[in-house]
Amino acid sequence: MSSIAHTQKRGFTSTVWEYLTTVDHKKIAILYLLAGGFFFIVGGIEAMMIRIQLAVPNNDFVSAGLFNEIITMHGTTMIFLAAMPLLFAFMNAVMPLQIGARDVAFPFVNALGFWLFFFGGLFLNLSWFLGGAPDAGWTSYASLSLASEGHGIDFYALGLQISGFGTLMGGINFLVTIINMRAPGMTYMRMPLFTWTTFVASALILFAFPPLTVGLFMLIFDRMFGSGFFDVAMGGNTIIWEHFFWIFGHPEVYILVLPAFGLFSEIFPTFARKRLFGYSSMVFATVLIGFLGFMVWAHHMFTTGLGPVANAIFAVATMAIAVPTGIKIFNWILTIWGGSIKFTVPMLYAVAFIPSFVMGGVTGVMQAAAPADYQFHDSYFIVAHFHYVIVGGIVLGLLGGAHFYWPLMFGTMLSEKLGKITFVLFLVGFHLTFFIQHFLGLMGMPRRVWTFLEGQGLETGNLISSIGAGLMALGILVLLVNIVITQKNNIQVGRDPWKDGRTLEWAIPSPTPFYNFKQLPLVRGLDAFWIEKMEGKTDMTPAEPIGDIHMPNNSFVPFVISLGLFIAAFGAMYHADEGKDWAIPVLIIGMLITFGAMLYRSVKDDHGYHIHKEDLLDEAEGGTR
Amino acid sequence: MAAEQKFTPQTWPESPEQATLEGKNKFLGFWFFLGGETVLFASLFATYLALKDSVPSDTHAKASDLFELPLVFLMTMLLLTSSLTSVFAIYHMKNYSFKKMQQWLFITVVLGLGFLACEIYEFYHYYHEFEHKFTSSAFGSAFYTLVGFHGGHVVFGLSWIIALMVRNAKRGLNLYNAPKFYLASLYWHFIDVVWVFIFTVVYLMGMVG
Repeated sequence: MSSIAHTQKRGFTSTVWEYLTTVDHKKIAILYLLAGGFFFIVGGIEAMMIRIQLAVPNNDFVSAGLFNEIITMHGTTMIFLAAMPLLFAFMNAVMPLQIGARDVAFPFVNALGFWLFFFGGLFLNLSWFLGGAPDAGWTSYASLSLASEGHGIDFYALGLQISGFGTLMGGINFLVTIINMRAPGMTYMRMPLFTWTTFVASALILFAFPPLTVGLFMLIFDRMFGSGFFDVAMGGNTIIWEHFFWIFGHPEVYILVLPAFGLFSEIFPTFARKRLFGYSSMVFATVLIGFLGFMVWAHHMFTTGLGPVANAIFAVATMAIAVPTGIKIFNWILTIWGGSIKFTVPMLYAVAFIPSFVMGGVTGVMQAAAPADYQFHDSYFIVAHFHYVIVGGIVLGLLGGAHFYWPLMFGTMLSEKLGKITFVLFLVGFHLTFFIQHFLGLMGMPRRVWTFLEGQGLETGNLISSIGAGLMALGILVLLVNIVITQKNNIQVGRDPWKDGRTLEWAIPSPTPFYNFKQLPLVRGLDAFWIEKMEGKTDMTPAEPIGDIHMPNNSFVPFVISLGLFIAAFGAMYHADEGKDWAIPVLIIGMLITFGAMLYRSVKDDHGYHIHKEDLLDEAEGGTR
Repeated sequence: MAAEQKFTPQTWPESPEQATLEGKNKFLGFWFFLGGETVLFASLFATYLALKDSVPSDTHAKASDLFELPLVFLMTMLLLTSSLTSVFAIYHMKNYSFKKMQQWLFITVVLGLGFLACEIYEFYHYYHEFEHKFTSSAFGSAFYTLVGFHGGHVVFGLSWIIALMVRNAKRGLNLYNAPKFYLASLYWHFIDVVWVFIFTVVYLMGMVG
């Protein structure tokens, strides 16, 4: 195993096996992109069903019960199974290259994180075919979710538990990678902002996911194993769930939006052809947002009745977050200011992001005022607010990032023309869908309602909203067509296709070699590649002579560990049913598979292999042929 | 392969657990993992404090009825001592004396098993004498979840240390397995720290009232 034979053409089965066992961050990124993209489509179809149902009054497109399942799965899927993995796709694809690393710190754990997420998401979505999806909303408040019949909530709790483990591992992995694996000269204050936001988001993951784990364990125990955490008749307290959910749930918002901020912070300087304005204040604002993100969870619970003192404290803390966010907004604007701007598709998304996200931020500050929130709570105003933040911030970031980093991940360039069509359809559709919902909410339309009556002034607004959703769906369809055409034509665009790449990821050959950097680069400042370009060089200055490169071996074990938990989850879920004696054995077998695979991993030595210096030199000659 | 290079006590590096990049990464990653675990246990403690003595009716046992100091004191001593013996083991690991390390790890495992036996007896006692069950009250659920999660960590930690001892029994120390021993002992310390808090928050505060 010492050659570069890896890069040769493979058959179909061998490609599948390669991806099932891969520990290469670039391939794991593609897996995250595929799986996240798939769940994004699923969540989008659910969104379309919601808007079809609400397009006209007294509609019966779906039943009330099914509607509850659809809204629950739409929210859960979009947050946990679409937005998170899509951001993880970019973190995996870009961050190690940005800091000049040959791989992440724990390639094996990276693969394990993906497979846990994937099996968790699969388990959750199997609920559609196995007796009904969860129907207590994505927040799954305990007083409601304990009363939910069938296995829907069980799918929710177990599926999120499994995928949550995966996310936690991903977070630890990125933290260690950024701290330990930076190239010579890559000091913290020279790290590109996407790396910084990955770093802070990972720290948030590390501290925000354990409370969710505990909350989900208690939900699992209450529903499947007879405990009484949330059961008031047994002395339990249903508010505990709300606290844990939001102690996780609020940082989760920043876990999602900070990497999106990072993507925009890469796009703006590239296409304004000007270094990021206020770099150090951007870093400071990122860290501050991450810190304050943990201080504000109870603003989701203003109407729960925590009392005026708690509400006041959390209101002030919430408003404080607007300050670092405002710093970021002004820095982006000042980055564009006076730049030599190129309106490529990623830049269009970035420019559209600023006003869209600010609108979501402003309504956020409105809700931070606790007395006012009593009016907004559980109305469509809230729905409008968080979609402005999530779609206007995160989804625009993901779409912009996808166009921006497509050449890095696949070596091809998405069509700018189709990209602009997607952009216009999506942006117009987005504002059409959600702007009017502010007013629907203020007029009294509660969120999560299955239908509404005629003559209450809600018809026009809802119809407009549904038309907007259709435009967004069209935009995504055009994007899919764009992707298919681009990949079919497969025109390789080579290194630095935007011509103005500033950071290390654009300095490596395309397609990226599986070992990333033949020689680790010497980083001489912020925007390392740009510095070299300005001195008339085309390559980074190497920091080391060509030598052997240590690489990790592929492994099928991550898949098996995750599969074990997937199997065990079925056992845990069905053991409470009458006459299902097979459930406990299934639970035990599943856990044995998982722990057995972990033991195998522990006792079986895995030293990886080396790419020899001679092979690297040979390859270099081959390249010049 | 560099990782399997043979050493003598003279050539053995000062911090063998961090002598390779892989070791450094594991060291840092494991500390982060323990940070996450801390939040996990903090959440469990918070739940326990919120639901302490929260029972459906007065016939159920409360904390002050249940706990008795002698058994818990014995358990605390066993676990604290086992943490000390694992320090000795790592001391010998750093001095490249594999046999002594294995001996101290063996003592650690025995003490850990002693703790576990006491805990199983304790749960059995509460269950049968006081009808204090996982499913009898919110207090019971919170108690068994907090202390049980800790017990589960003890089981995992013991299995881990035993697996490492058996796996490496014949080949001694190298830079590939030194980080593994180090991290297992770090995990064991963490379990010990959590127990100190359980001893204080659950048992001492439970007996005071």
